[in-house]
Amino acid sequence: MALAAGRGPGEPRRVAYLYILPALLVFGLFVLVPLARTAQFSLYEWNGLGAASWAGLENYRAVFTEPQLRGAFVHALVLVVFYAVIPVTLGLLLAAAMSRAVLRGMGFFRVVLFLPQVIPMVVVAIAWRQIYEPNGPLNDVLRFVGLDALARPWLGDYTWALPSVGIVGTWVGTGLCLVLFLAGMSRVPRELYEAARLDGAGPFREFRAITLPSLRGELAVALTLTVIAALKTFDLVYVMTSGGPGTETTVPSYQVYNNAFLLGRVGTATALAVVLTLLLFVATVAINRVGERGQR
Amino acid sequence: MTLSITRTRTGLAAAAAVALLIGACAPGSDNDDDASSAPSAGDAATDPSELGDVTLTVWDQEVREGQTEQIEALNAAFEEQYPNITIDRVSRSTDDLRTTLRLALSGDDAPDVVQANNGRPEMGQYVASGLLTPLDGYAEAYGWFDRFPESVRALASYSEDGATFGDGDLYGLPQMGEIVGLYYNKTKLDALGLEPPQTTDDFVAVLQAAQAAGEVPIQFGNSEPWAGIHEFGFIQNQFSDAETIRNLGFGRPGSSWTSEDNVAAADATREWVDAGYFVDGFNGVNYDSAWQAFAQGTGVFFVGGTWLVADLTSAMGDTVGFVLPPAGASGQHLVTGGVSIPWAIPANSDAKEAAAAYIDFITNSEAMTALTEAGNLPVIEADQQTTTGLQSEVFAAWAQAGEEDLLVPYLDYATETFYDTLTVAVQNLMAGQSDTQQFLDTLETEYSAATGS
Repeated sequence: MALAAGRGPGEPRRVAYLYILPALLVFGLFVLVPLARTAQFSLYEWNGLGAASWAGLENYRAVFTEPQLRGAFVHALVLVVFYAVIPVTLGLLLAAAMSRAVLRGMGFFRVVLFLPQVIPMVVVAIAWRQIYEPNGPLNDVLRFVGLDALARPWLGDYTWALPSVGIVGTWVGTGLCLVLFLAGMSRVPRELYEAARLDGAGPFREFRAITLPSLRGELAVALTLTVIAALKTFDLVYVMTSGGPGTETTVPSYQVYNNAFLLGRVGTATALAVVLTLLLFVATVAINRVGERGQR
Repeated sequence: MTLSITRTRTGLAAAAAVALLIGACAPGSDNDDDASSAPSAGDAATDPSELGDVTLTVWDQEVREGQTEQIEALNAAFEEQYPNITIDRVSRSTDDLRTTLRLALSGDDAPDVVQANNGRPEMGQYVASGLLTPLDGYAEAYGWFDRFPESVRALASYSEDGATFGDGDLYGLPQMGEIVGLYYNKTKLDALGLEPPQTTDDFVAVLQAAQAAGEVPIQFGNSEPWAGIHEFGFIQNQFSDAETIRNLGFGRPGSSWTSEDNVAAADATREWVDAGYFVDGFNGVNYDSAWQAFAQGTGVFFVGGTWLVADLTSAMGDTVGFVLPPAGASGQHLVTGGVSIPWAIPANSDAKEAAAAYIDFITNSEAMTALTEAGNLPVIEADQQTTTGLQSEVFAAWAQAGEEDLLVPYLDYATETFYDTLTVAVQNLMAGQSDTQQFLDTLETEYSAATGS
């Protein structure tokens, strides 16, 4: 890092920029320009067809005051718990358990737990939609073991619809976290654990003093990926609930789609998209700051 | 520190460059507004063979089984009759067409014929932005005013500014009719010893008998929430009169969601849910699962549209019947429905005359026969077709709706955002999350804001 600031070795800077030009052009054309256009649209009231009229920050006011749009962000935060917090915790516990015991068929378990990651989300959503149906497998199992009172139309239930969608996120995310953490743990020298055990550390102390600190980097990666996935969820909601029942499961991305393409409120949709982008950006930076701080 | 400053500066420069690149033009400002030049009856050429070589780009959503069959047959026949015209067909699902049509219509290289949904969020907005060609000139030249009754034309008519729906210029022609009626399982009804219900009282009696016999009275799936619009419309049709529902549906002033008849309809909806007439957990069941369950014998009734005729016929054969909604307070079998997605000509089309000839061709008498044979319900001349089984019952219901003027519009036509409002409100009402009063107030607020009444 320090080298790059001064007159480092190799070719001069101007030439270096030439090297990144092709990539920068593509990036600019397909990411920066659309982003700037989106930000620009968000200042207008526009139905996507006719002439637009200047709206200033009106669309942003709507994002923060319209209960439906604000609600979408609240739902996204709830999903962060299911998509990020629970999978990371579960992943840590599983990884800690798996690294202590030498398990036969370890590779097999890893593959099985990682499998949800490689299935397209739409397929996942359709499969789970059927699992959650009023007469679907989940309710069948509950009734079979005598828990009839718990059986319900999960995705049509005002209390349970959002957690039901969230649990699918947990199912998908846990495998990713586990594999990341296992990889991280394999780098930790065995001797550290042996030394800790000689000093009389129990499993819990061992976990706190060795495993957790050495996984900081992986934790940051896992959290970044899962938090982003949570905040920009679209496919699960689109396929499983269409934001319903009522508006119990609407999320920002779904509202962007709904407002832009179905309701013809392009200004509102783009304002929402900008807010979502900023939120994602802030979350990513914050997580990585925390992750990096520990490594220095 | 120097490093981060240089970085920031580069970033700012990049941002500035991007801003320059975009320029200051506001979105949509590059539209030319003079595009909608309407032809008069005199200069509309009605002989497509004299148009020279034309490539006609057609965007349709005729992707389901019977639909593809009829449109492919008609396209082939059209090209055979007019070898100088080549059809470039682009077919997409309804949703895909809807999301891409906005951009396509406003571009200079617009398609020549498109299927544009006639509700306010689509056709209404397109008309308001001058993106569709008014068809009145062609209609006179081709005799569409005689071919299509006013009730059908109204469903694709708007005032020039798009503000009034159901009146004004004609912007599209549909091929098929569509009604949301009551499918019933003949075997189950026979077992109960009952007839298809003619009145609301009959209907409730059958529901009670079905429940007592351990059957699911009404099969229903509302997880794709548009189904709720049909279900509530079906109930409202039994309590409110045609004028009220048409005002509310078309977003015209003069009625109120909080009128007594609508309160009665909403109350009945709640009562029927509470009485357990709908299948358990309907808010968590999707539409396809619901009609499939009905086809497999769960449920005595299913409220559904005529688009299910082909599927239900092949699944249930002779054991499924179709009737108009029972008559309630108004004494009429009012039925929600209208027409399939109309065919329209974009204002930016460069082959409008060939486009009009094409629309004429796919909606003439031979076309109506062709689409009947493919299992569809033709929007006109349904009584002149030969049909059997479920299809003939549907045709009879459609004919009766036409003769007795029973058609009422889909309720979500009302405003540009009413679909959203209504679907959420119906889910809330039927799940007991809101009471009748809250339900109607929500709808009334949006309706009165839009109509200014």
